[in-house]
Amino acid sequence: MTITAPELEIAVLVLGMAMLLAEAFATKIDKRVLAFVAIAGLALVLVASFFVAPRASPSQATGFWSFYTADRLSMFFKQFSLLTTIFVLILMIDYAPVVRSSFPGGTLQAGLGEFFALPIFTCVGLMYLVSAIDFVFIFVSLELVAISFYVLVSFTRRNPMTLEAGTKYLVLSALSTGFLVYGIAWIFGATGQTNLQQIADALANPTTDRNAALLGMVLVLVALGFKIAAVPFQIWVPDVYQGAPTPVTAYLSVGSKAAGFVVLLRVLQPFLALPQTQRLIVVIALLTLIYGNLAALPQANLKRLLAYSSIAHAGYLLIGVACFDASAISFYLAAYLLMTLLSFAVLIIVAQQTGEQIADFDGLAKRSPFLAFAMLIGMISLAGVPFTAGFLGKFFIFYAAIAQHQTALVVVGVITVGCGFYYYLKVVRAMYWQSANKTDKIPVTALSRLAISALIIATIWLGVYPQPILDALKR
Amino acid sequence: MVLFIIFCHIIAAILIMAGAPARKTALVASVLAFAAALFLLAFFDQSQRDFQHVTSFTISPDWHLSFTTGIDGLSLVMILLATIVTLAAVWFTGTIEKYENAFYACLLFISGGAIGAFASIDLFFFYAFHELALIPTFLLIGIWGSGNRVAAAWKITIYLAIGSFILLLGLILLYQSFPLAARSFDIRALTAAAGLGQISADAQRHVYLLLLIGFGILISLFPFHTWAPEAYASAPAPAAMLHSGVLKKFGLYGLLRLAIPLLPEGTHHWANLLVVLLLGNIIYIGLVTIAQKRLDWMLGYSSVMHMGYIFLGIASATVLSTTGAVVLIFAHGLSIALLFALAGELRKKTGTLVFDELGGLGKVMPFASLAFGFGVFAAIGLPGLANFAGEIMIFFGAFKNGWEMAHFHIFQIATVLALWGVVISTVYMLRAYRKTFMGTMNERWKEVGDLRPALRVPVVLVVGGLLCYGFFPQSLVQMVTSTFQTYLSANSSHLADEQSCSHGAVRRLRFMGPADGNAPQGRSYKVANKR
Repeated sequence: MTITAPELEIAVLVLGMAMLLAEAFATKIDKRVLAFVAIAGLALVLVASFFVAPRASPSQATGFWSFYTADRLSMFFKQFSLLTTIFVLILMIDYAPVVRSSFPGGTLQAGLGEFFALPIFTCVGLMYLVSAIDFVFIFVSLELVAISFYVLVSFTRRNPMTLEAGTKYLVLSALSTGFLVYGIAWIFGATGQTNLQQIADALANPTTDRNAALLGMVLVLVALGFKIAAVPFQIWVPDVYQGAPTPVTAYLSVGSKAAGFVVLLRVLQPFLALPQTQRLIVVIALLTLIYGNLAALPQANLKRLLAYSSIAHAGYLLIGVACFDASAISFYLAAYLLMTLLSFAVLIIVAQQTGEQIADFDGLAKRSPFLAFAMLIGMISLAGVPFTAGFLGKFFIFYAAIAQHQTALVVVGVITVGCGFYYYLKVVRAMYWQSANKTDKIPVTALSRLAISALIIATIWLGVYPQPILDALKR
Repeated sequence: MVLFIIFCHIIAAILIMAGAPARKTALVASVLAFAAALFLLAFFDQSQRDFQHVTSFTISPDWHLSFTTGIDGLSLVMILLATIVTLAAVWFTGTIEKYENAFYACLLFISGGAIGAFASIDLFFFYAFHELALIPTFLLIGIWGSGNRVAAAWKITIYLAIGSFILLLGLILLYQSFPLAARSFDIRALTAAAGLGQISADAQRHVYLLLLIGFGILISLFPFHTWAPEAYASAPAPAAMLHSGVLKKFGLYGLLRLAIPLLPEGTHHWANLLVVLLLGNIIYIGLVTIAQKRLDWMLGYSSVMHMGYIFLGIASATVLSTTGAVVLIFAHGLSIALLFALAGELRKKTGTLVFDELGGLGKVMPFASLAFGFGVFAAIGLPGLANFAGEIMIFFGAFKNGWEMAHFHIFQIATVLALWGVVISTVYMLRAYRKTFMGTMNERWKEVGDLRPALRVPVVLVVGGLLCYGFFPQSLVQMVTSTFQTYLSANSSHLADEQSCSHGAVRRLRFMGPADGNAPQGRSYKVANKR
């Protein structure tokens, strides 16, 4: 029996439905069992995805294959989404006590079922999104992702910070959706098409009104800029990241962003012939790099720091977009997945003991050498020290930028890397230099220990031996 | 064997982090590495000009990236230096009160990284191994440093991070400046391709400038030097020994390994700039060193100042001066490590390094005083110690470059000024020696004891090395010269084919008159007098 790509999404969808039903009818079970079932199911789909032969849809495809593609890029990012969701579910199990405490008078299990089921639907949305090659399909799957995030972001709603985050995310995300629809309408008006391939063909035709299409592209760019947290559409990021439940923050910063970049690459493809596009991206990349890195410098709250750092990394990724190097972006995103999830995993465990401030990490090396080492690897990888995945990500991005003579991007990039070393090492400094206020050990469950170890090993492994990812991306 | 030397330190560091007894493991690892380096030295085949003991693991065929290690004379000298200094530094560490295991692990990571960089034939790993030392240095200064350790740790880390990313840009540009078919991370392949003239002169100039700034920041080239004295003054003694003795030499090694063979046009295009900067190192930093009031700051500045001589050897790019540069790298690494080690012991025993409070310590610490004397005289460049051999070769080589009867060329002017640097270093070194060990002793220091016998072993080892290569520098020279002969002769034949004399290895100042009859050393050109 051969598996085709759409069956993966259907399998995940069925898994999500089954979990909701089980949650509704089997009220007596420990809800964490559901999480384990979800993890096992997603892992199964992940394994199955390796047996799907990538196939790009032919340019004149009709029916389903005119809005859905299963090329290498989308297969890579389907696996990426599945892996992210698995890790996020593991983080959620660690986070369960916090969720419980936010449901008043509830039982031990209150609210957990939905908390574990919603990411599955987000995952389906992400998987559809990376395959979408038609504006209508892009819109629908983007909404699936966004709506499940509305609920997830404001899940622990007793916390006023979370409520603020939820409102901000809802309002601004809805606004960006408006921009997206408006942009799609302009592009459709100018070219008469919603399929990206056919839009490219239409743009090559000299009778097409390019200015109208360009206006549409800029409006779509606004909407996607919101998703990937590019300046000047980043205002929501620090507050939402800080207020949302931490596993959801991790999910937002990895899954949502990665899918945003894939869509950005696909959407920009038809417009590359227009010289204005690249200039626009370069300007956005420069602004994002400078803003993200400079604003991260004074942060004292680790979650907020990671929010700004996610803006900064969007800047490096935008360098890749400006050079239009899909494999560099994909590698960077893979590295970003590992190191960001690693940092969030440690943050969730430590934050439940002490807090989210960087000062709360003081003396962590004494209290839990394992967690401190994991955070060290996460931070130096985010900063870009060799032998970690983060360095190779930056290496490929800078390689592409130098090959295309993007001097401004390279110069600003190097300066901002210097900034990055400062704010990431601030965390290292807290863990290793400062002495702790408390000295009791921090307990780590076996599952988290396993997940964190896997992330550490993967971060270093990819930093030394990047070939597997490069092979997976080879066209 | 080469792999063993690299991973000996790194594996020991990982074991120590995992809880192995720190000092014992570290000592065993560094002794083993030193023995392995001696073994390599004993079985080094000087007749073979190419790399020896080569092992290679393919990482990425698409990028022509592989983990390839091996040694030639140049890298063997660097590895020997690194293993000796590591052994001395580990031996000198003693017991650490706070996080002992982490301290030793950091030390071993620094030396493992440095050795890995020296032994890598692959450009990518050459770069990456060096960076392995960045975080350990940050931690060493931050956790165990003294004085203004917080500022010093941030400064060195940010400086070195930016410096190495500039270097990375230079390396990427270097890689891309080769035609598509010749692109490789293998230094041997690049050298061969460059010998065929496959990098355009324009690209060479750009790449060289980036490498010069990138490496320059790592080496503390004036005006990028400000991190060095502060960091070395605040760092615990073993970290200062390793960093100034070994790690800083990575940049010089990189210029010798990459700039000399790959970028001859870049080397002489920017020679004038480099000469001005290195004179800044020698004269300006020399004068700043004289003004220092603390022993640790003085040593920090002096190590910056001595980089100027080595840069002179690299800038003039003759066989004689580059060989001298390697000898001086080796000698300086040993002597500065010795001085930092003894300064660290002094701080431990007296609690201060301010010159005005010290004095007369020679009476209570005769052995330390004698050893410090050796270090001081080596740093000045007294004949009989290895530094002298290196400096004299650099001066002769640089002076001969572009020499003509009628006029002085920029390299002769530079040599004359650099020789004044020897006078400057005599002033500050002897003054430091007098203020610390001579004169009337403060009553407070009556109870201060001499070095423990156990600590005398590494001192004797280092002084022995300085003396040995001071009297027999030829044994180092023989290992290194063939490398530079290959590098420089390949360049000159390529230059002679492509360029006329006016673009020769040496930039001629306008007022210097006709160019006949003084082909620069090491690169024989067709002297085409166009006028």
